[in-house]
Amino acid sequence: MPLLRPQLPTGPHYGILAEFATPADLYHACERVRDEGFTRWDAHTPFPVHGLDKAMGLRRSLLPWIVLAAGLTGAAGGFVLQWWVHASAYPLVISGKPYFAWPAMIPITFELGVLFAAFGAVLGMFALNRLPMHYHPLFKSKVFDRVTDDAFFISIESWDPRFDPTATGKLLESLGARSVELLES
Amino acid sequence: MTAEHDRVALRAEQATIPPGHSWNRMPVIGAVCALLGIVICAILGAGNPKQFFFSWLVSFLFFLSLALGALFFVLIQYAAQGGWGIVLRRIGETTFAMIPVMAALFLPLVLGLSDLYSWAVPGAAEQDALLRWKAPFLNVPFFLIRAAVYFGIWSFIAVLYYRGSRGQDVTGDPGVSARLRKFAGPSIMVLAVTQTLASVDWIMSLTPHWYSTMFGVYFFAGSFVGFIALLSVVAPAMRRAGLLDTVISAEHLQDIGKLLFAFTVFWTYIAFSQFFLMWYGNMPEETIWYRERMEASWMTVSIFLMVGHFVAPFFYLMGRAVKRRNSTLAVGGAWLLAMHYVDLYWQVMPTLHPEGIRPSVLDVAALIAIGGCFVAAASWLMRRQALVPLRDPRLAESLAFENA
Repeated sequence: MPLLRPQLPTGPHYGILAEFATPADLYHACERVRDEGFTRWDAHTPFPVHGLDKAMGLRRSLLPWIVLAAGLTGAAGGFVLQWWVHASAYPLVISGKPYFAWPAMIPITFELGVLFAAFGAVLGMFALNRLPMHYHPLFKSKVFDRVTDDAFFISIESWDPRFDPTATGKLLESLGARSVELLES
Repeated sequence: MTAEHDRVALRAEQATIPPGHSWNRMPVIGAVCALLGIVICAILGAGNPKQFFFSWLVSFLFFLSLALGALFFVLIQYAAQGGWGIVLRRIGETTFAMIPVMAALFLPLVLGLSDLYSWAVPGAAEQDALLRWKAPFLNVPFFLIRAAVYFGIWSFIAVLYYRGSRGQDVTGDPGVSARLRKFAGPSIMVLAVTQTLASVDWIMSLTPHWYSTMFGVYFFAGSFVGFIALLSVVAPAMRRAGLLDTVISAEHLQDIGKLLFAFTVFWTYIAFSQFFLMWYGNMPEETIWYRERMEASWMTVSIFLMVGHFVAPFFYLMGRAVKRRNSTLAVGGAWLLAMHYVDLYWQVMPTLHPEGIRPSVLDVAALIAIGGCFVAAASWLMRRQALVPLRDPRLAESLAFENA
């Protein structure tokens, strides 16, 4: 399945990793990288930094539409299943109600809507992020260990059309990076 | 932190209605509407007092529920130390400051208790074993005492919070916020109990044989949706009129929209749960209330309520862009305000017209009369005050608020 296969740049270099000291430094660096026209890059932080999606120029995620579609599928599926069972396949009189007693079907319709929406949210997120991914070239960097602790990173991948091993590194240094590292694939 | 507190986040002239602004005419417009409504009510009501009292009750409950919803909105923000909504709090405070006005507008109903409530007809208890059993609670003197107690408690809380907040505009004392936060938790509990009892007294006892243990929550859910819907209309209207247009941002509108969406779903959840258990259990003393509303043209209203108070707003308010624009949020708010009125109408009117829905000029007249008083008094207050709590310690946080 191509969705589940990690998409990584080919060639000798994975890309360039730059470390920043504070969220503010990272934020402003992201704005510049965005304005330089880079497209294949990412920011890595130990905690959510508000507004970083705007600074990176990220488009809105497709995920809400996946969740809506999954939720409606679940709700419709739950309702149709109950209708089919109770009113068509095996009609039984239960406590004097009509075969097609729609109010009784609402709780399960609702629950299946919520369940499928939750599946859509989690699995959709995994698919869009190409997870699970067990290995990533960024893990070769020693300083990158601190991404879950107290350091902030920008990585620019080598297959970005504007990528150049030296010029891109210089750019990141000029944006206030504490360290810049060229990573192998 | 102190530097942020001392800094003036907003100048007073950014947050007041400037002289000559068209909104300065609102008290007069409201008063004219009120007068017109009262005159029509007096002329037509004299010939049909029963219809008048029911129409008045629906409109009274509509505006009272907005004020109670506003009180909850402000209390919950104090209790949770909410920051985002400080710029909207004065709208809420102005709305719940109308509670004493609503107390005055309750008085006409006192004259019509025996027209409204079958248990209040003299001698009713002697004919009816169940009413005799309920008489220690459902009798006219105790009913009036309870009404006085509810309005006393609500007015006390309303005045406490309104005065506190207005006083802070002058003194800038952050201790006011701390003190009001301490009272917020107990006030919410007291509000929950009194609002539940009031809904039992004023709406549920219209059908005195019927009872629902969920009715108080149902009334609360409706009242909170009602106030958030009002906020969804007023905040965009103010922005468009050039009031607070630099203060209330699209971020605030989006959060109002989220609350409106969430509590529309909450209302549906409560409304359906109440219906579902009674429908499923099928006990005559419980189903009687729904039976009235599932016959003749009341069934049409029931379905309209289901679609209009849930399905349509659910999908309309789901998206992000709809909540962030003045016009689209205001449309959603105005629609749900109307639906809240239909909801109350559907709760009250089948007692008077079990044969089917019978709209009356008096419905409109009562709505204009009470609505006119409400708008006149609220906009009169707005002219005399800053439109946001100018020196609340969290104002800067609210001004800078952004959705993640």
